Amino acid sequence: MTEALNLFEQQARNRRQTAAWLVLFILFFAWIGFGGDAVLYFGSVDEAGAAHYTVPFIGLGATLVAALIAWTSYKGGAKRVLWSAGARELTAPGTHEEKQLLNVVEEMAIAAGLPMPKVYVVEDPDPNAFATGTGPETACIAVTSGLLTTLNREELQGVIGHEMSHVRNLDVRLMTLIAALAGAIVLLSDGLGRIFRGGGGRMIGGRGGGRGKGGAGAIALVILVLWVITLILAPIIVRLMAMAVSRNREYLADATGAELTRNPLALAGALQKIESAAAPTTSIKRGTAHLCVADPLGRRVNLKEGFLANVFGTHPPMAVRIARLKGMGFQQAKAAGGLPSA
Amino acid sequence: MQFVLLIVAVVVVVWIIGAYNGLIALKNQTVNAWKQIDVQLKRRHDLIPNLVNTVKGSMEFEKETLDAVVSARSRAMQGGGGVKETAAAEGALSGALGKLFVVMENYPDLKSSQNVRDLQEELSSTENKIAFARQLYNDVATKYNTKQMQFPTNLVAGMAKATRAELWEIEDAAERAVPQVDLSLGKKPPAA
Repeated sequence: MTEALNLFEQQARNRRQTAAWLVLFILFFAWIGFGGDAVLYFGSVDEAGAAHYTVPFIGLGATLVAALIAWTSYKGGAKRVLWSAGARELTAPGTHEEKQLLNVVEEMAIAAGLPMPKVYVVEDPDPNAFATGTGPETACIAVTSGLLTTLNREELQGVIGHEMSHVRNLDVRLMTLIAALAGAIVLLSDGLGRIFRGGGGRMIGGRGGGRGKGGAGAIALVILVLWVITLILAPIIVRLMAMAVSRNREYLADATGAELTRNPLALAGALQKIESAAAPTTSIKRGTAHLCVADPLGRRVNLKEGFLANVFGTHPPMAVRIARLKGMGFQQAKAAGGLPSA
Repeated sequence: MQFVLLIVAVVVVVWIIGAYNGLIALKNQTVNAWKQIDVQLKRRHDLIPNLVNTVKGSMEFEKETLDAVVSARSRAMQGGGGVKETAAAEGALSGALGKLFVVMENYPDLKSSQNVRDLQEELSSTENKIAFARQLYNDVATKYNTKQMQFPTNLVAGMAKATRAELWEIEDAAERAVPQVDLSLGKKPPAA
């Protein structure tokens, strides 16, 4: 019974956080827009105290654009993630491995009581896998060709079980959305930064500072400083938040995945193989790293526990994940009454 | 005073509706999970003749093993009966199939054939699907059974026509038994 409650809580938490991300994203764009308007407004106050810039065009525009981006990210984020990884949908399996993959995915869908997700293959020799989509009905599971050749059937089942848990917990919805929104924020901040280094700074400095008298000019300056700081920090904060979201969910997906397969040791074995392959998965870009079963960038920071790993890793340390899974396997063997005499 | 009574009545009615709907949802999930098992069992029944026909030629000396699979299949296909009967018949079929797979290991020609390899993957995947569908069914059915027995949901169990769902337990000896493997090399003489 507790597991059902956990699942429900987990889904509720992910729904809440998805909504929060959407709201925060739109608020961020609104601040960037209206903040810019405010600078122009206070900057345009003349000697008589009358402002020449009155209608906040930028703010209204930015908010509208943000809502549009948020909507298309929610709807099309999965497609974009798959496209950026160069994944092809597996509809007519050719090789024995591909047939096996489809079978394993169907098995896990049955175990989780979910509809069969779409299956994609990424041509990359490094073993890795990720899931994306807005929910169980639109879920997609992608694996690299390296994963198919590296793992045996049971281990593949373990990894697919892990991905299926992300689908069932609605992690995929949140993490796909974050991938798309983070991309938009980075783009915005880069773009505006470039404008500033160009002619933008001169305009504000020359006209706003010169004409604005007393209070209005000071307010404009304060808002401008805050505005620039948010622009610089936003991409970093967004990336850190994405990492935290992912890290928390990996342990849980490991555990739920093991519950689906009833075979935690298979996933432990798979993680071990994936770790020892350790070459970066080149087809998976930085923006989608948090979706994968193991960090595709092969960053050393994910290997250790501690403050740095806690802040900068997208995944919990591999050694800890494997140890936890082995612990589950031990518990399972003990419950079954037959401990191996090793 | 009347106001308080009214509130209490509304709360009770809302609770009854919720509990009733919860039970119905669980009931449907249980039926659904059972259908999943059924789909996979049918698929297995359909796959077996293919496998038997493919390996028959090369495995004429294992007639007993093949016959056991064929007869277990036809017994399982007769169907009818409840969860327990189905479980027993299908369990016997799983056992017979498992034995066939083990025996097939002795025939390297068979194992290297692409056709047989695909069939074997299909069948073992179907076995897995049956196992996972059973796992899901048992989980959902247990939840359903617990819910209708727990207080206070049990008060509306009669209204929702909730009855205990039978679990699919693995009791069959054939499924648990380890198949005997003959490790003597080469084919047995036809007389044996």
